[in-house]
Amino acid sequence: MSEKMITFKIDGVEIKAKVGQTIMQAADEAGVYIPRLCYLKDLTPHGSCRVCTVKVNGRCQTACTEPAVDGAEVENKTEEIEGIRRDIVDMLFVEGNHFCMFCEKSGNCELQAEAYRLSICAPKFPYLFPARDLDGTHPDIFIDRNRCILCGRCVNASRDVDGKTVFEFVGRGSEKKVAVNADANLGDTNMAITDKAADVCPVGAIIKKRVGFAVPVGKRIYDEKPIGSDIEAKS
Amino acid sequence: MSDNNLKKIIIEPVTRVEGHGKVSLLLDEQNNVKQARLHIVEFRGFERFIVGRPYWEVPVLVQRLCGICPVSHHLAAAKAMDIIAGVDELTPTAEKMRRLMHYGQMFQSHALHFFHLCSPDLLFGFDADPAIRNVIGVARKFPELAVQGVMMRKYGQEIIKATAGKKIHGTGAIPGGINKNLSIEERDFLLKDIDQMVEWSIGAVNIAKDYTLKNVDLAKSFGTFDSNHLGLVREDGAMDLYHGNLRAVDKDGNKIFDQVNYKNYLDYIAEEVKDWSYMKFPFIKSIGPENGWYRVGPLSRVNICDFIDTPLAEKERQEFMAITGGKPNHMTLAYHWTRMIETLHSIEKIKELLNDPDLQGTDLVKIGKRRGEAVGLIEAPRGTLFHHYKVDEHDQVTMANLIVSTTNNNTPMNTAVQKVAEEHLSGKPEITEGLLNHIEVAIRAYDPCLSCATHAMGKMPLIVSLFDHKGELVDKKVKE
Repeated sequence: MSEKMITFKIDGVEIKAKVGQTIMQAADEAGVYIPRLCYLKDLTPHGSCRVCTVKVNGRCQTACTEPAVDGAEVENKTEEIEGIRRDIVDMLFVEGNHFCMFCEKSGNCELQAEAYRLSICAPKFPYLFPARDLDGTHPDIFIDRNRCILCGRCVNASRDVDGKTVFEFVGRGSEKKVAVNADANLGDTNMAITDKAADVCPVGAIIKKRVGFAVPVGKRIYDEKPIGSDIEAKS
Repeated sequence: MSDNNLKKIIIEPVTRVEGHGKVSLLLDEQNNVKQARLHIVEFRGFERFIVGRPYWEVPVLVQRLCGICPVSHHLAAAKAMDIIAGVDELTPTAEKMRRLMHYGQMFQSHALHFFHLCSPDLLFGFDADPAIRNVIGVARKFPELAVQGVMMRKYGQEIIKATAGKKIHGTGAIPGGINKNLSIEERDFLLKDIDQMVEWSIGAVNIAKDYTLKNVDLAKSFGTFDSNHLGLVREDGAMDLYHGNLRAVDKDGNKIFDQVNYKNYLDYIAEEVKDWSYMKFPFIKSIGPENGWYRVGPLSRVNICDFIDTPLAEKERQEFMAITGGKPNHMTLAYHWTRMIETLHSIEKIKELLNDPDLQGTDLVKIGKRRGEAVGLIEAPRGTLFHHYKVDEHDQVTMANLIVSTTNNNTPMNTAVQKVAEEHLSGKPEITEGLLNHIEVAIRAYDPCLSCATHAMGKMPLIVSLFDHKGELVDKKVKE
């Protein structure tokens, strides 16, 4: 027996979804891109970054956690929603120290790519210039918390995929940060370069050592096409 | 473009040098110039905020010091980080790609300085109306020359793009090698115009040469003073802008030291701090701060080398050296001529490299055993550039010391200004228009970083203050 399907609309276009799928999953399969930062296909979605905010029947929801409902009207690429996303991404920039000009993740960075996609040319909020620390103690992995956007991917990947719980959030509000085994350095943990957690950072906060700028300008992931192009190519 | 927009472009870089080149002239009781001080009051702090960064990031980070010759910083840092990464010798493809990048940068930077910044002085005269004596004036009166300047600069930038990925602030050089080779398409694109570039470079040498020879009396006296000269030379004594050993010669050409491995630079060079400038004053240790200061840059490089290994530039070098009978030439204005000899040398090297199949090689990076300290030197367009780093066991930089080209030329620039001031301030405690113009030209000959902000519209923002023997301000002129 075939799976039960439902139908809903994104920006007026009919989308088919399997029962139990989130709006994000159904949209991805249908070739409709919803911007996202904390969501990663292989990890449990937790709707923390809010970049995938959509309006479902007039109410703001995160597309990565909200189930698709039969007959729902979803607003994705409207001026209002894009404005909300722009502000969220903008705040992520000014709350950290994101210096794209010398960041090795530049061109492969999802935050930078979302900003380009949302046409953010310069931040509209004032920079906070927080004092954040670096951790170079691990032989193969480097942490630069200046660039962390608290997406939680590393926390989830280490816990759910690697079974190691190397990372966790500590602190609240503007003091919140990703800590390593409470208050240790990465070099004190059993994290390995082959761990999923070493591969999931959307920005340049967790990087593999000595890779640096090995990929030349022009060959980086988002040099040619904007983020989301792979999903949109399915439509 | 509106006037407002135009003004913004010009002023923006000037703000980084505190708005103006600042010169103080101190007089003695007879109103003769006792001391001239060129104040560099910009403070960047790069040496501090590199600390903590991972070493492989530094070549890309540190090049942000400059928008005119970032490739120099990129490559000096990469050379240091090669050593940190345990790599003493790069693959032929990596070494030649970096050299191509460097010659491209030398070519574009020298073309920018000569055609855009300096040519108005040479073509119209130092005292010409600033409204004409600028790059727009050159474009009006000598349109072919202006086009050549623009196209030569563009060509150099295309080389940088093909080797570093971007025309400004690229990422090509990485510790232990390079991140790309030169594709056949890129090579053919660059080869298309190479002969034209060689021809224009010969023309540019001739302009600088003819000017100097026609005005040889002026050149001999204008801001001219004896000095030591320092730079890199190859093991066989040839000019080498990318790599070599340190050589310093005195005013007569006698070697103070030669073939010094630059990793030991601290045994030979020290820096003095003075309370009126953020820029330090380097000197040769064995001679001391009083007389041990030296010049760097095109003039020094041509003075110190035994020969240039490209035929056209070597011919020009011989002609240049013949003027002083093979001894070092000390004319400040000769910087322009030697800058163009180097431009010709660079384009000859570029042609040689573009025809080298090693550039299409695929062996790009080597890996070695990590080290904790390294020095990287390169001959930047404006002179010898020193980068020195220490990196801890966590791969983080713990110390950075940068001696940039303009710093090496600090005392020489002050001396040049003093010479010019002595000549144009004749016993009266006042600053004339002629004095202002001549100070401007003397500083510009050294192509210091602040000059980039100054000449484009024929207005070198300059403040000259005159102090009497009691230290009281007696005159001040501001040139906006």
